Amino acid sequence: MGALGKPIILMIVMYLFLKFVLPIIPGSAPLPSSLIFLYLILTASGIVIYETLSGESKDAFWGPIQRFLTGENIGGLQALRYGVLILFPLLVGWQTYGSTATSDLPPTESRTIHPAPPGEYTGLVNPVPKTPENIMQGKGFYAAFCSPCHGGNFDGKGPAARGYIPAPANFADPTTIAMLQESYLFWRIKKGGVGLPIEGAPWKSAMPRWELELPDEWIWKIIMGEYDGAHQSPRTWE
Amino acid sequence: MSAIQQERETIQPSLQTDRSHGGWLASLLLTAVWLALPSIGIAAEGTAAGPTEYRDIPYIGSRNLVWIVAQLHLLLAGFVLGVPIFAWLCEVIAWRGGEKRYDKLAKEFTKLLTSAYATTALFGGILLFLLVAFYPKLMNYLTDVFFPSFLLYCLLFLFETATLYLYWYGWDAMQHGRKKTLHVFLGFLLNFFALFIMIVPNAWATFQSSPVVISEGTAIERAWAATWNPTWWPINIHRLIANVVLGGYICGAYAGVRYLSVKSKEDREHYDWMGYVGNFIGVFGLLALPFAGYWLMREIYQYNQQMGITLMGGFLSWLFIIQAMLIGVLFLGSNYYFWLGITYRIPGSEAKYRKAMLMMLISLLLCLAVWMTPHSLVASIEEAQKMGGAHHPLLGVLGVMSAKMTVSNLMILITFMSFVMYWRAGKEDTAGWAKLGKAVMGAVLVLASLAVIVLGVWGYFVPAIVRINYFSTSQVLIVIFVILTITPLTALLLKSAKTTTEMVWGSMPPRAGYSLVLNAVMVILLMTLMGYARSSSRVHWHVYGVMRDSSPYAYSPALGSASLIMAFCTFFFCILVAFIFWVATMGDKYKAAGGPGKEELPHGIPAMAGGAPDERKKT
Repeated sequence: MGALGKPIILMIVMYLFLKFVLPIIPGSAPLPSSLIFLYLILTASGIVIYETLSGESKDAFWGPIQRFLTGENIGGLQALRYGVLILFPLLVGWQTYGSTATSDLPPTESRTIHPAPPGEYTGLVNPVPKTPENIMQGKGFYAAFCSPCHGGNFDGKGPAARGYIPAPANFADPTTIAMLQESYLFWRIKKGGVGLPIEGAPWKSAMPRWELELPDEWIWKIIMGEYDGAHQSPRTWE
Repeated sequence: MSAIQQERETIQPSLQTDRSHGGWLASLLLTAVWLALPSIGIAAEGTAAGPTEYRDIPYIGSRNLVWIVAQLHLLLAGFVLGVPIFAWLCEVIAWRGGEKRYDKLAKEFTKLLTSAYATTALFGGILLFLLVAFYPKLMNYLTDVFFPSFLLYCLLFLFETATLYLYWYGWDAMQHGRKKTLHVFLGFLLNFFALFIMIVPNAWATFQSSPVVISEGTAIERAWAATWNPTWWPINIHRLIANVVLGGYICGAYAGVRYLSVKSKEDREHYDWMGYVGNFIGVFGLLALPFAGYWLMREIYQYNQQMGITLMGGFLSWLFIIQAMLIGVLFLGSNYYFWLGITYRIPGSEAKYRKAMLMMLISLLLCLAVWMTPHSLVASIEEAQKMGGAHHPLLGVLGVMSAKMTVSNLMILITFMSFVMYWRAGKEDTAGWAKLGKAVMGAVLVLASLAVIVLGVWGYFVPAIVRINYFSTSQVLIVIFVILTITPLTALLLKSAKTTTEMVWGSMPPRAGYSLVLNAVMVILLMTLMGYARSSSRVHWHVYGVMRDSSPYAYSPALGSASLIMAFCTFFFCILVAFIFWVATMGDKYKAAGGPGKEELPHGIPAMAGGAPDERKKT
């Protein structure tokens, strides 16, 4: 087991790191099992690649596995071998059953955060001039209508935010509104969660349909206020 | 009497007459009838009084059939258009440098090419018939727009075929003196026509995604405007490079399979070397491919925000995570092959480079981990609650383009350095400036890597347009600068270097052959995946924003069912290529087994079967 020891320890250490250490780093959170699985697969691939780079390292790594599986000169480990040969298929079967059997748990989500906007919204340009007054006015509207959820600091941590899963978008995060054009925000604010298209399933957005409350001009001003307050810039092509 | 009955009455007597030829003929005819069903109007759709707009086919469905045939045609075409580029380059190297083995290699590549050419044309013909039968309205519209280029395409095809015949059959007859120059020129012409054969149909396909329609002007003016659409050149460049990558890896896989099966030392050496060249060509293209892909996506995004978001942020965005995985396997597989080469072909080098290989492997895996981390994670309700949504608060930043561009550039740099390491292995520098040269190269590499990372991190804090237009471009330029600096410096150093260990060809372990096959399968899967992405980005439009798809198939298939078709296309293409190569090498195997001389064969071995021209000369 000499050459196998290191890879096994590495896999265990990696798992413990991803499962227990990474989540306690300030600002972090527990990783979903899909991501842990992905990183462990990469680690295992790395181990196999490295250990098979030469004939000697391959024999040292693969030899014990082969001997164990074929039962060649393994002495007292024979019982363990039979155990593995019986348990492994059972484990695969159990895993397969578990992933296909009917369950009362909601399914795992692969939600599309940024579904494509309808054609009539693409290419729209903010008609409101970008003046300090309009931006200030936009921030005022934002404070009144948006900040309870999206936060006074534009960080998605408004007083009502804790009531929502998923949490309201954090505009200060450079991976949210900074990736989008103003016309996209206009569509999302105007139509809200109920206006999401089919590809936006499972439509988990509590965003109100603001077109019922606010005129378009206010929405455009809010967009300007959001970008300015979150210190971000909209995506443009010029 | 219905059309089906008429058909049945015609077919049945024929079947009875031909019964003596065996069941295979009956099966063939039945298949032909089944394929011909759409043309006799089964499930034809159109307006009550108007012409037929769509036809369908039972069970498989018209869309799926066209999808499969189009994908197979594209894969074959990619191979057929990619291989002549490096076959010709190999011939030029042999011609100018005098190394005969490159000429033999070029000839072997061309043999594969001639075998695949007919099959490509066959699938192209089937695709055309199916399109005309299933989508008459669309084809009518496209014919109206592109009629002049249809004629041009036919001419190009004639020239390409004639040139290929001359190039292949004239190989041995044009080996010396001015005749060789003429042969090399024919190779150039072959590539010249091949390039246009690729870019003309690219115009038709890209027009569907980003149409430019003008209502005035002559037919040629309208066709030209439609051809020069926003995504035409990005696709041309992307496909040109991708074809080289596909061709290289498939030739590598061919060499890998042959390497695993041949017995003689000479053959093992040859196919080991051929596998190395195939992998090198694949890697060479792979280094440039992400740049071309990025440019294409940028143009799509700029052309239409909706299409860009559908691809990169919408329901097709998951494809790019799968894409990352496939490209990652390709990078890992290619590097693994280089490292195995250092270990096995250059005895004694393993100890020297093992640490470096470990560092490169760790770096590649870290980069791949970043590339494969999605922006929105697949999570259960419980897991999503703990994260506060589908974004991980810490790792979510790895899910956007700035991170992806950075790691893809770093992976290109690492792979390039793998090659440089392979190149240098077994040699000792003797030049007086070697120390300084290596220090300069090391500094360039370290500084370039740091610059790529700094630009990547900085990219989060600048407007998107600054990142896209300046930072990402600068990252690419930095990588190109490294390649253009280190390659000539290494070549200069090695010119005067002393060879301490001779390269031993034919000593690679079987897993090297398998890794070549794996690379080929990955690149085929990658092409089927991105073919689906490009086509699906049009959503419910035949011609985006111009002609709506009003058939029952005007929906995008779910990723799961799409992946079934992609897997089938990959599997079938591999089987097809294996068959073509088997046929192509049948003559060689027969000859090697000591079969009767060529004189005894009645008709020689056809070009389709890779019959070598030298064999014909003997008769």
